[in-house]
Amino acid sequence: MTPTTFETEQTYGLRKSLSRAIPYILLTISILPIIIGYAWIFIATFSVRTEGLIPKDAHGNIGGLTLQNWSFLHNPEVWNATLNSFGIAVGMVVGVGFLSSLTGYALARMNFAGRKGFLGTTLLLHAFRPEMLLIAIFQVLLFIGGIPLIGDWVGFNTVGGVALVMITLDLPLGVWLMKGFFDNLSWDMERAALIDGASRFRVWWEIILPQIKPGLAALSIFTFITGWNAYLIPFTFTIGSKVANLPVLLNRFSGDTSLGSWNEVAALGLFQLVPILVFFIFTQEALLNIYGGGSKGGA
Amino acid sequence: MKVALDNLTKKWGTVVGADSITLNINDGEFIAFLGPSGCGKTTTLLMVAGIYKPTAGYIRFDDYMVNHMAPKDRNIGMVFQSYALYPHMDVFKNISYPLKLKKIPAKELKERTRKIADMMGIGHLLDRKPAQLSGGQQQRVALGRALVKEPGLLLFDEPLSNLDARLRLSMRSEIKRLQLELGITSIYVTHDQVEAMTMADRVAVIQSGRLQAFAPPDELYDRPQTLFIAGFVGNPPMNFITVDILHENGLFSARAPGLTMPLSAGHTDKVAEKGRVIMGIRPEDITIANEGAAGEVYIVEPLGRDDLIDVKIGDLHVHVLADPEMSLKMGDTVNLQFNANKVQFFDPETERSLLW
Repeated sequence: MTPTTFETEQTYGLRKSLSRAIPYILLTISILPIIIGYAWIFIATFSVRTEGLIPKDAHGNIGGLTLQNWSFLHNPEVWNATLNSFGIAVGMVVGVGFLSSLTGYALARMNFAGRKGFLGTTLLLHAFRPEMLLIAIFQVLLFIGGIPLIGDWVGFNTVGGVALVMITLDLPLGVWLMKGFFDNLSWDMERAALIDGASRFRVWWEIILPQIKPGLAALSIFTFITGWNAYLIPFTFTIGSKVANLPVLLNRFSGDTSLGSWNEVAALGLFQLVPILVFFIFTQEALLNIYGGGSKGGA
Repeated sequence: MKVALDNLTKKWGTVVGADSITLNINDGEFIAFLGPSGCGKTTTLLMVAGIYKPTAGYIRFDDYMVNHMAPKDRNIGMVFQSYALYPHMDVFKNISYPLKLKKIPAKELKERTRKIADMMGIGHLLDRKPAQLSGGQQQRVALGRALVKEPGLLLFDEPLSNLDARLRLSMRSEIKRLQLELGITSIYVTHDQVEAMTMADRVAVIQSGRLQAFAPPDELYDRPQTLFIAGFVGNPPMNFITVDILHENGLFSARAPGLTMPLSAGHTDKVAEKGRVIMGIRPEDITIANEGAAGEVYIVEPLGRDDLIDVKIGDLHVHVLADPEMSLKMGDTVNLQFNANKVQFFDPETERSLLW
């Protein structure tokens, strides 16, 4: 082997590993601002103040680490808001999940008058921004609030009411998503179950729903995050801290306090982020675990 | 269970799936719906299953009209081409699902499921998920699930189409044996004429939603009622030659350019007056002899036991089965003898057999 060919091979190997590395380099560069942002929030929550990413104490010296910013954890208002946020998010997961999987199934599998029109209208309604509907929804919530018994749970200025509105606004997306998942299932399995002796509802519950678990998990994550981060609807349809959720409380924090406690706001923001991360860790396996086999061919 | 279809019709708007199909199936009989893809055989089967509602006509089980009966009440078992196993349940749960729905007590459910699984040779796979099974094993599970509730009627929708050729052969005989042993009335949908011929007591040939014939396999093969059946049943397929019926010196013969064949006595009066007709003859009913219609070997396809020879007579191509030992080659000149007793004649307009 001559030195020349050896060199050529070496440069070739270098070029190859370089071309392999390029996507990673580009990805890293593009994600860097986000990572720095989160890193700043994380560092800020444990510092008196920061300069760039460097924690500083009140005199501008490096250091000044503190847990002071997390003192809001003693504040019962925060825990009440957390509970409210949780109520809205869970209410949405259950409500949207249940209604969309039933509606989506009917739309995917049954033929009834007005099916096409319903599908079209649903999509159209989803195109409207919720801001446009605020006043109308306000009227509806006031009306519901006036109904005895029900009104105390899902009327104006209740967590149930906020959840109800959020569910309604999220249903079109959920229904379409679920319909898509049902459309992808083979008819044969359903027919087999009907012939085996199952009722239509039982087929849906025992045979079809387990097949779309990944879809249901995805929808749950979407709606949970939507519900957890909900701001506009809770802000508009709740008064006072009793029914406020975390984003509304966060807004009040940042609005009420001087610039000096930005670090406290950052801590509350991070606090709000934690359940989402935990939820994602627990559901990502369900998201990735898609059943295979047992059905060949078919549509 | 006896099954009767009476003018059974299914339409979607102007699209016709099945067009007044009428046939009677005897108790314990194994019948096949045979036809090309999209001919309406599966549509008809799904109406029998209760999945599709007929547009018109009646379905009777043992003289009882079941048009409006839900699938679950029809006491049927069905095997699908796609197997249609429940992927989230293991084999035991798959097979026992019909029993669970019937609220069979746990002990009996276990016993019956095990018995069926052993019968199907999958007793050792009960705790596997369908995804962990081979295609043949999945098909056995599907069969077991269909049989476990001891149905009065078994429906098969191209159950072997997804298996490889070898497995298909063994499953074919296995299904046939099971059906004979259990004596369950069965309807078997297939587009594979070999499957239909080898398994079924009677074959219903369906084309474009219409029932063309409902007859034992031998009869379909030996005396096809229509041009379609003659062409569809049998492999290699029948030769079709347009011939003129001639009457010379008191003798009738069929003639096409380059070949003349005297009519057999039995056929003479049925085709004598027709003029131009379509003559059908199977490759095995033509022999290569010393005299007869002269032609040139166009192509030789070795099939192992026989050679399939494409002989060119003028513009006409005729397929003939020949002994490989004759070692014919392209370009050889051969003489063909037609077995006059085995030929079929069809009306070119109605495409119906003139011999019926």
